[in-house]
Amino acid sequence: MSGYDFLLVGVGGQGTLLASDVLAATGMRAGFDVKKSEVHGMAQRGGSVTSHVRWGEKVFSPLIGRGEVGYMVAFEKLEAVRFAGLLRPGAVIIVNDRAIPPISVSAGNDRYPSDEEVRAALAAVSTSVHFVPAVPIAERLGEVRANNVVLLGALSRFVEVPLECWLAAIAERVPARTLEINQAAFLAGRQADL
Amino acid sequence: MKVLLAGNEAIARGAWEAGVRVASGYPGTPSTEILEALAQYDGVIAEWAPNEKVALDVAVGAAYAGARAMAVMKHVGLNVAADSFFAASMTGVEGGLVIVSADDPGMHSSQNEQDNRLYCKFARVPCLEPSDSQEAKDLVGIALALSEEFDTPVLLRTTTRIAHSSTLVELGERQPPAAVPDYRIDASKYVMVPANARRRHPVIEERIARLARWAESFPCNRVEWRDRSLGIVCNGVAYQYAREVFPQASILRLGMTYPLPKDLVRRFANGVQRLLVLEELDPFLEEEIRLLGLPVLGKEVFPICGELDPSTVRECAIRAGLLAESERPPAVEIPSPPLPARPPILCAGCPHRAVFHVLRKLRLLVAGDIGCYTLAYLPPQAAVHTCGCMGASIGVAHGIAQAGSPQRRVAVIGDSTFLHTGLPALINLAYNQARAPVIILDNCTTAMTGHQDHPGTGRTLRGEERARVDLSAVARSLGVQHVECVDSYDLAAVERAVRAALSAEGPAVVIARRECALLPAVRRTWQPLSVDAGRCNGCGLCLQLGCPALVRSDSIDQATGRPRVRIDSLLCTGCAVCSQVCARGAIPRKDRHH
Ligand SMILES: Cc1ncc(C[n+]2csc(CCOP(=O)(O)OP(=O)(O)O)c2C)c(N)n1
Repeated sequence: MSGYDFLLVGVGGQGTLLASDVLAATGMRAGFDVKKSEVHGMAQRGGSVTSHVRWGEKVFSPLIGRGEVGYMVAFEKLEAVRFAGLLRPGAVIIVNDRAIPPISVSAGNDRYPSDEEVRAALAAVSTSVHFVPAVPIAERLGEVRANNVVLLGALSRFVEVPLECWLAAIAERVPARTLEINQAAFLAGRQADL
Repeated sequence: MKVLLAGNEAIARGAWEAGVRVASGYPGTPSTEILEALAQYDGVIAEWAPNEKVALDVAVGAAYAGARAMAVMKHVGLNVAADSFFAASMTGVEGGLVIVSADDPGMHSSQNEQDNRLYCKFARVPCLEPSDSQEAKDLVGIALALSEEFDTPVLLRTTTRIAHSSTLVELGERQPPAAVPDYRIDASKYVMVPANARRRHPVIEERIARLARWAESFPCNRVEWRDRSLGIVCNGVAYQYAREVFPQASILRLGMTYPLPKDLVRRFANGVQRLLVLEELDPFLEEEIRLLGLPVLGKEVFPICGELDPSTVRECAIRAGLLAESERPPAVEIPSPPLPARPPILCAGCPHRAVFHVLRKLRLLVAGDIGCYTLAYLPPQAAVHTCGCMGASIGVAHGIAQAGSPQRRVAVIGDSTFLHTGLPALINLAYNQARAPVIILDNCTTAMTGHQDHPGTGRTLRGEERARVDLSAVARSLGVQHVECVDSYDLAAVERAVRAALSAEGPAVVIARRECALLPAVRRTWQPLSVDAGRCNGCGLCLQLGCPALVRSDSIDQATGRPRVRIDSLLCTGCAVCSQVCARGAIPRKDRHH
């Protein structure tokens, strides 16, 4: 049983913690040893955040080494580029087509990279780069905050695990009243054009 | 049954299974979730204390009474509780006492990266360190049994990577707590006057020597023999990195890092050609091993500063010639422009933002404190000028005033921090009549660590309603005559109050109050605003607030040629502080329902 090393990156407050919970629970249901590592506290205040999720027969380090990430889910475009150096060449890269400009950009002191620059940076690592319009997809479903689960749906296409494991993990991890919308968001991401 | 638990959840589970009756702590990343998780279990008293010293005293008292008890804090919390920690070592306990110290290598959310194993050696207290969540759970019970057997407090040391990593855990049953016995009075042991303390000191020296012998056969101090050319001594999460990076090496994993099992270490050292210590932060094990006269590599190979990770461990080992160059994964060159940094910032709708906008406008020297508001040290506010440790703001501002500094100055302190260690400093300021107004930033919660209640919110850890500490009344009772309370969102009112405090005769306190915008009850009232593009001329005045919900748009104002401002409706809470700074009325307020 070969393993999976996932890196989730985004901006504090975007829902990376919930997504990594679901991802870890999915791995457990698929019968893997699982470790998940994330940072709470100060970094959650609008800063860059990362979560590591590892599935394998036996996992030691909760952190993935540089150059060993096989799958990245980026909740924000700039953050995708920031952490691209951690990826294994050929990694699967799922990117939320959403920009959250840092304060220094709004203040006019820094420049946000153009879409061409983002694409060029990611293309240097892999040909498997997939931009997902997760915010409009989630908006159409009536709950924009479910855009994190849309991204997991897109990721699930590249992971050989039965659909039931994902759906059961979502049911286990999201509040009951948002279950339906989150499962719909997941399926919409899974079916999105990549 | 196996479940996935974060290290902190596992510690809570371990405390419950081991029959802990009383647990007390003060929030602090990366320890906070332990008490929050423990409060979900029945049959345990789990409480927030106003600070770590009080928390430890509560746990000590419960242990004196014969109950199993736990105190929980982040690493710097043990500085606050240090006096009580040393005292508990001297007296010993009746019921088991475990102190959880969550260290933060890499300073993800801290002001330093002190290594609290040194406290154990300092106070002659045994130190246990888990390498994953299963051990985090199991070591709580082991710590309590050890505490009772050896009549000592025990420190359970975690780090951020253990506290916030989730791994599989086998759950157990609760061991029902024994009935609490009649209180056993023993003044010679529990009253540490010099005469008694002189008798106790040899007792604790002898105790730690016995613990060192016990450690020789402690199953969590374990040798894994593999290839004998390299032997690695390691602890905590570093064990996982050792397994990952040196799959062939022999390992001595220490689950108890103080006191050291000297014979076990010697046997391991004699069984390998080269001895290496892999530990985060201080060369603690390395120095203890050197004292045994054994040749060992440690901090010449691995860094003292910062958190370890598998890549750092691998790279350091390659540089030291312990691993082949071919072990280095291929590096990919990423063609990218310089990327703007994304440091943590005040959130959209943060009530602190408005207050710092005023402090910057008035060009005040601001003695700051620890909490979300510390983030206002960054531009555009750049209005926090000192911040060392919790509760320091008021004393520091007091000292600046007494030094005769010509600069107009204030202290700012959050509500939770004020009750933690700000209170004695305000007593001092009123008593000695120092001229430094104190601004209490009351967002009705401990926001930085994730919204914990405290005595000022009027709710306990379990959500029970209590009388709330009235901050204005407290200040008045200390002899502060000038006390004013304002709405943090009201820029004009905040400015008026701060000016009045600066010109007051004696000590002055301003309470700037408004609930944190991220509190669940407040979230439900969010009403995102929008920019009236017909009025916005892109002047950028509102961007000076540094609110992440305000961004430049693609639409250009024809008259000025500047991009207009847009509001990100996913982030905006509708606080309307930007409406107050906009000179053109381009951000209309919405009627808010309170
Ligand atoms: C001795 C110590 N204990 C705990 C912490 C962790 N910590 C940092 S700030 C803070 C309290 C923040 O609450 P408050 O003062 O109300 O400010 P807010 O974050 O709500 O703005 C805590 C618990 C610490 N840094 N030092």
